[in-house]
Amino acid sequence: MSKGTLYNKVWDAHVVDKLPTGQYQIFIGLHLIHEVTSPQAFDMVAEKGLKVAYPGRTFATVDHIVPTKSQARPFADTEAEQMMGAIERNVRNFGIPFFDFNSGNQGIVHIIGPEMGLTQPGMTIACGDSHTSTHGAFGTLAFGIGTTQVRDVLATQCLGLDALKVRRVNVNGELKPGVTAKDVTLYIIQKLGVKGGIGYAYEYGGSVFDNFTMEERMTVCNMAIEGGARAGYVNPDQTTFDYLKGRKYAPGTSPEAMAKVDEAKWQKAVAYWKSVASGHDAQYDDVVNFNGEDIEPIVTWGITPDQSVGVNDKLPEVGKFSADEVKTVELAYKHMDLKPGSPIKGTPIDVAFIGSCTNGRLSDLREAAKVAKGRKVAKTVRAFVVPGSQQVKAAAEKEGLDKVFTEAGFEWRGAGCSMCLAMNPDKLKGREISASSSNRNFIGRQGSKDGRTILMSPAMVAAAAVEGCVTDVRELMQHH
Amino acid sequence: MSKITQIEGKAVPVEGNDIDTDRIIPARYLKEITFTNMGKYPFYDERFDAEGRPKGHPFDLPQFAGAHILFVNQNFGCGSSREHAPQALMRFGIRAIVGESFAEIFAGNCTMLGIPTATVSHAEMEKLQALVKAKPETKFTLDLEKKTLLSEGKEHLRFDIHESKRNALVNGTWDSTGILLANAGKTAEVAQKLPYVNGF
Repeated sequence: MSKGTLYNKVWDAHVVDKLPTGQYQIFIGLHLIHEVTSPQAFDMVAEKGLKVAYPGRTFATVDHIVPTKSQARPFADTEAEQMMGAIERNVRNFGIPFFDFNSGNQGIVHIIGPEMGLTQPGMTIACGDSHTSTHGAFGTLAFGIGTTQVRDVLATQCLGLDALKVRRVNVNGELKPGVTAKDVTLYIIQKLGVKGGIGYAYEYGGSVFDNFTMEERMTVCNMAIEGGARAGYVNPDQTTFDYLKGRKYAPGTSPEAMAKVDEAKWQKAVAYWKSVASGHDAQYDDVVNFNGEDIEPIVTWGITPDQSVGVNDKLPEVGKFSADEVKTVELAYKHMDLKPGSPIKGTPIDVAFIGSCTNGRLSDLREAAKVAKGRKVAKTVRAFVVPGSQQVKAAAEKEGLDKVFTEAGFEWRGAGCSMCLAMNPDKLKGREISASSSNRNFIGRQGSKDGRTILMSPAMVAAAAVEGCVTDVRELMQHH
Repeated sequence: MSKITQIEGKAVPVEGNDIDTDRIIPARYLKEITFTNMGKYPFYDERFDAEGRPKGHPFDLPQFAGAHILFVNQNFGCGSSREHAPQALMRFGIRAIVGESFAEIFAGNCTMLGIPTATVSHAEMEKLQALVKAKPETKFTLDLEKKTLLSEGKEHLRFDIHESKRNALVNGTWDSTGILLANAGKTAEVAQKLPYVNGF
């Protein structure tokens, strides 16, 4: 059993009671909601005649269904418009702060929480979305929940939860040039598998994580869930504190002038945050070690995020998999129309998508823009860039990244989840194949039941867009 | 709230590891703001062609019609946290799922709806899926108190289920709002002690 880890400390600080079922009642410090998984929860609260117990601890935005081309109301899609109407009504009736289009702070829920300074070390965070694990980058215990659990958080600010085991995942050494946080997270999933994390929280550490920016840490924690771990986190350090200082909802930030921080309050917060980090004598249920030098730019070839290879590798033979995996592997090859033993590099793509809660932040757009700059999207490819939030979009435009992309032939869109899950007009058509900076290559995920997805880093997507096929981005970096 | 101790019925096999919740219910159906219609959609894209004609998925085969127990393999329900997935299965008629392993968010969502997620070994599941394919009329009983799966009234095998989930089901406390709400006083005490709740 783990002891003295951040997971243990945060869990213990939030235990309300041990329930008769054996579960623990856990106080939820921050509850984030969006339009898709909340309407039924509000209905259930109302049907039971209950109120929202702690309305100041829930924040709302819209991301999944919003169109990214024109966000003018009413939306052309009447179901999406109805869904917008429901969240607008619910936040009004229940008194919940709402970051809508007019706020300048709308965006993907896992991008705006951190950028607003709502996400803070030592918190428990829940949201009706599996990629809530993203917030673990700040040293939080953050996880996705279903709609009936959203109801419980609204009505009680608590959840009934089973304790998790803790696996320390070390990545030490240095990453090679052209290898990004996305490659690190895909590598970890490739090695530990999509089921490897069931029952665990992943604590990521080692020199690679120490040197990562917050945005890079978020990319890795975002995909903890793809490895089966409901939560993943990085211990808070100076990088975390520097990122948060002065953000709108961060401790000590003055409501009038965000640059003016109440230092005494800030120092108290930092001291608390340091106290929740795993101690040097922390004990883990499991420890795994990887070397940063071993990681190549990674692309997926199948229908689960662990079906991946280095971009210069050949696709694995079916015989290399255990007997119980063969069915899934064969289905993957059939769906993707790829052949074992053949290279993945050079596979033609139809669509290039840069965005999502995994890779829709400013640094992701910068990396992709470096590759796009002075080049043209291949004629056979439709390429688009979707900033993760209105703030990311504004910051990117201030740097001129929008021009770099549009001059190269990428479309520049408004903030939202877009083609990561295709609940909006951004969808694959027919058998189209996408190079995507998102997180899931599941069958049908990007809006066409026959559509195909190759996951990779944003820079790799930009490289695939200009070459028209899966490309090792490092080759473009050398010739630039 | 009802106590769930036994689930009886025919079973239906859906084979394959890592069947994700996008496959269980495609995202386009999540645009509905109620769960009312979800029973029409489980595995929609695997069941129907572009014209809406059935493609021979187990959910549409006559021999499995009316099945209440679903037999699956590893990591069933991985991916998205959408409760629409268990809602769709439940409203289609599934009352219990037996598998080799389940994604955690999915299993938690099932429990909140009163659907047990029982686990057996890979070898046992292969036998169960083979049995139900050969004899689809077999009547199974999932006994949550004894943790046994019976076929035609005879003990067939023992299964595992997370103890807290089993307790919630057999004691009828799987709809948790009431028990959480009963601790409102203790909740306020915990909140009071958290530095960030009180602005440091």
